[in-house]
Amino acid sequence: MRGWGEDLLIPGDQLSLYAMEIIIYGIINSVALALTALGFTLVYGISRLPNFAHGALYVVTGFLTWEFVRRLALPYILGIGLALLIIALVGGLIYRFVLIRVRGMPISEIIASYGVGLAILEGLRWFGFKGLTYTLPTFVEGSIELVGVPVDGHRILTVILGTMVVGLLWAFTHFTRIGLALRGMAQDEQAAMMLGIDSDLMAVVAMSLGSALAGLAAVLLLPLGNIVVESGYNVLLLAIAVCIVGGLGSWVGALMAAFLIGFAQILTVVYIESHFQMVVALLAIIITLILRPSGLFGRQKELEERV
Amino acid sequence: MAEGELLRKERLDRGIKVRTEGIYALSSWRELGYLTFPRLALIVGLLALPLLLKNPYWQRVISIVLIYSFLAMGFDFLAHFVGLVSLGGAFFIGTGGYLAAIFNTKLGLPIFLDIPAATLAGGLLCSLLLLPCLPLRGVYFAIVTLMYPLAAARIIEALNILGGTDGILGVQSFPNRWVEQYLLILLALGLHFGLRRFVHTDLGVVLRAVKDNDQAVRASGIDITRHKALAVLVTSFMGCLGGAVLVHIYMWAGISQFALDFSIIPIAATVVGGGGTVTGPLLGCLLLVPISEVLRSFGTLRIAFYSLILVGFTIFRSEGLLPYFQRKYHQFERWVRV
Repeated sequence: MRGWGEDLLIPGDQLSLYAMEIIIYGIINSVALALTALGFTLVYGISRLPNFAHGALYVVTGFLTWEFVRRLALPYILGIGLALLIIALVGGLIYRFVLIRVRGMPISEIIASYGVGLAILEGLRWFGFKGLTYTLPTFVEGSIELVGVPVDGHRILTVILGTMVVGLLWAFTHFTRIGLALRGMAQDEQAAMMLGIDSDLMAVVAMSLGSALAGLAAVLLLPLGNIVVESGYNVLLLAIAVCIVGGLGSWVGALMAAFLIGFAQILTVVYIESHFQMVVALLAIIITLILRPSGLFGRQKELEERV
Repeated sequence: MAEGELLRKERLDRGIKVRTEGIYALSSWRELGYLTFPRLALIVGLLALPLLLKNPYWQRVISIVLIYSFLAMGFDFLAHFVGLVSLGGAFFIGTGGYLAAIFNTKLGLPIFLDIPAATLAGGLLCSLLLLPCLPLRGVYFAIVTLMYPLAAARIIEALNILGGTDGILGVQSFPNRWVEQYLLILLALGLHFGLRRFVHTDLGVVLRAVKDNDQAVRASGIDITRHKALAVLVTSFMGCLGGAVLVHIYMWAGISQFALDFSIIPIAATVVGGGGTVTGPLLGCLLLVPISEVLRSFGTLRIAFYSLILVGFTIFRSEGLLPYFQRKYHQFERWVRV
């Protein structure tokens, strides 16, 4: 993914403005990270499935939307809706036909889902989706000034929509039957099954929902740059970084970690160099895993994860 | 066969006497031959490969296959005999490769000195860097090792050290292709049979116990972290050796040696060939890498293709090819009346 703060203005003399800029772009970057990680952490939290095809689903949604909007000239909203629907279906199918067979074998789950993701991404590249020609229109034009810092409308809309998605997801998992069933699965699979919750069905729902969230992140974030296949790998890495730092399967942790890494990245861009953005995320993964494998906010499972 | 007669397929194992690798095998030429045939086929087949292939392109492919096989055997050893699933094969290749390139171009070491030096130094360096991750288990270890080569590549890129994105050019090449190929073949055979022997030594038994139940091993007063470190050291040596040879073949060390290819293909080879056998990964490499070379004209589609093979084997035939053929070799099949 393109650096979120790369087009940051750095006015030399006004220090307070400078700080405001870091805060505002930090928040935008953090929300973007949270959006990319939401689907991954949802699937892992509910079904203990590390969905390494996450990045591929993200990119596929981008290309689907592009296809609908630019080539078939559908209305933007309709194109996005169709793309999200298709990607949710694809996610469900991946679980139903691939992951269901390796359920409970973490390494095989990683290998199988990563294989699917790799096949999708490299297949897309082969079919000619490369180069810089694939762009989506932004939702709103123009920019506004926020406490002295110019921010373009689309970024602000992304933050608002991102917050709304998180809120909706919270409501969904707390007040609907399916949502409650999903949380039941997340808490204790055995007990949930005894209460008549179908484990595989819920995993299909979780995968569909997770894929749709990856797709949603794509349609919100991709209009700010080009749709390129490489971003699939980066999105996957960022999602893993956020989930590992926050604690695999912990939703609150993922949100916190998104802010932690988001601000760390912006500070890196400002004070060091934009090349180091990805290094920050990778080092965050490595250091967190070494020091505290269950993340900053995850439940410690001492003997399960390290001896 | 009369109408309505019921038949079933009966499978019989060959007698334990012929299957055992111990003293019984010496009791007759027939049994001796039965046991040595598959092993001899592998040895003779590998040794004959450079003589059979006339096309210089395919001769090069053999070298690449063997380098991948070092990684694949290392992965298999670590995953199925020690219980550490390392997705970071590229880290070993990259470290060994860069070190060999530095030793060769900057320090001026001759080729047959810098390969062992890079193997030794790289193996130690990799194990040292992986040391903090050793207590991690399962998926956590897999993810952290996946991140190592990625981080290494990004750090080299960001700091613009070690030649940055251009890499280190002007690495000396092998004197001729025979030296290159037979060195690799002998190394591969040595490592293969060495590893197979190693997992049955006392040390290997402890390692396998760590895989099965590390708490029990710990309760017996054995330091598991030290044993895991030893196993990682063995694997890093193998990977760094591969990397060191690779840069001399390409005459160049660069960021692409930290690329995911070196992490994915060995795993695919292990899954296809059959994990837990050491021979399986070698055969898997001999099968998969040429296929991926044939598909080179399709560009990136070959990566898509072998990831689909990987997924297919993981899902439908997770035992791999070698255990399947092994079973066929050790069993008679015949139809009998019910």
